[in-house]
Amino acid sequence: MTAELLYSKDHEWVRVDSDGVAVVGVTDYAAEQLGDVVYVDLPEAGADISAGTEMGEIESTKSVSDLFSPIDGTVTEVNQAVVDAPELVNSSPFDEGWLVKVSFAALPEDLLSAEDYTAFTQS
Amino acid sequence: MVEQALRSTMLETVHESLGATFTDFAGWRMPVRYDSDLAEHAAVRERAGLFDLSHMGEIHLRGPQAADALDHALAGKLSAMSVGRAKYSLLLTQDGGVIDDVITYRLAEDHFIVVANASNAEVDAQELTTRAAGFDAEVDDASDRTALIAVQGPASEEILLRALTTGDSGVEGIGAEDLREMKNYRFAEGTYRGEQLLIARTGYTGEDGFELYVPDELAAVLWEQLTVAGGEDLTPCGLACRDTLRLEAGMPLYGHELGRDLYPAQSGMARVVALTSKGDFVGREGVEAADLSDRPVLVGLVAEGRRAARADAKVRDTEGREVGAITSGVLSPTLGHPIAMAFVRPTVTEVGTELIADVRGKDLPVRVVALPFYSRA
Repeated sequence: MTAELLYSKDHEWVRVDSDGVAVVGVTDYAAEQLGDVVYVDLPEAGADISAGTEMGEIESTKSVSDLFSPIDGTVTEVNQAVVDAPELVNSSPFDEGWLVKVSFAALPEDLLSAEDYTAFTQS
Repeated sequence: MVEQALRSTMLETVHESLGATFTDFAGWRMPVRYDSDLAEHAAVRERAGLFDLSHMGEIHLRGPQAADALDHALAGKLSAMSVGRAKYSLLLTQDGGVIDDVITYRLAEDHFIVVANASNAEVDAQELTTRAAGFDAEVDDASDRTALIAVQGPASEEILLRALTTGDSGVEGIGAEDLREMKNYRFAEGTYRGEQLLIARTGYTGEDGFELYVPDELAAVLWEQLTVAGGEDLTPCGLACRDTLRLEAGMPLYGHELGRDLYPAQSGMARVVALTSKGDFVGREGVEAADLSDRPVLVGLVAEGRRAARADAKVRDTEGREVGAITSGVLSPTLGHPIAMAFVRPTVTEVGTELIADVRGKDLPVRVVALPFYSRA
């Protein structure tokens, strides 16, 4: 859990970097629930994504889960490292395991703070 | 709908202290993994893994006609099995479908244990009771008082020798030689701390290994004793890796590759049905009357890349005609490519046949291969 991040109820996190681009990943809670991640299917750079809709898939040995975008915007970069080594989602969900970077106009208002997200996962 | 409370095994607090993630499996709260299911999978292939399988059912049959009752109740000829041996068999419906797949152990001329899948244990006990009614044999469902712990992997024998054959092990009646010389699908009986202990060289992982049956109250102390003796060589393993291990080994899972709407022959299990060596039994008529000519057949499929076709994915031929569906599929941790089992039309079962799996809307080229995907060296 990292304080300056915002979280969706679909267990994605969003971090806005100094260049104004949003970095998106899945939370440690989600990674834990999934088990060992063996495959990620991500949108391509240039793709438009919208909050709450499917933007890819994440597979563990046990299951396949849809990946939902936490924000509206356009994908500017895909983390090739996580495509090549999906286990980064487990070992470093908030850092090396980021998924996509997104240019955006505004953040959805229903994203959660770290505190609220923690409460949400424990409810 | 009323939500039923999950049942738990005697080892639940042990699993919790090990940090297990739990899942609801057939009404039981069972460890799905402790840390990493890939690491647990690899541990079983390379060294050894420790599993709590106490959710499985143990149904005893005792009496002068116990063997005859099982010959009537199951698809195999259990009366021909020697004492000290175990055998894979099927419990069939009247129509020849599969109610469950079971392992039967013969403890004495007049005493057998049928080990059932957790999801079917109650149904199996009921069926065996009904089917044994005309015989001089008593059915005793000991599932609620029997724990099952498995040690699976190439280091299993060494670990059992260290844990159970030293001076203060608490084991009587099973010695080091008994374990070393025990062949596959054989078992030995003894006592552990004065209670009945059965150690069998059986498993569901495709590796060498043992399954240990003890009364519930001894499960935790036996687990601890194995853990201490196993040290770095023994990794606690959850049900997630049990599934990927059995799938690599080409072993069927009830509800996926076996079911009431499937004849044994469709699942490659014709050899388990003793049509020629014994008399009437439940399911014989159904199996004999079955027209299998257009029935789907179980095959293995492999693909390239990392994206696996999962259960329920449709399978098509290269001309786009639907020819079947996948029943189990995963990215094989050992082999590094996707593997799957599928029921397909009899016309496309030849090894090497190229097919297409529909992986959630995307086509994945797959190829028919012989099972198993993985065999130990």
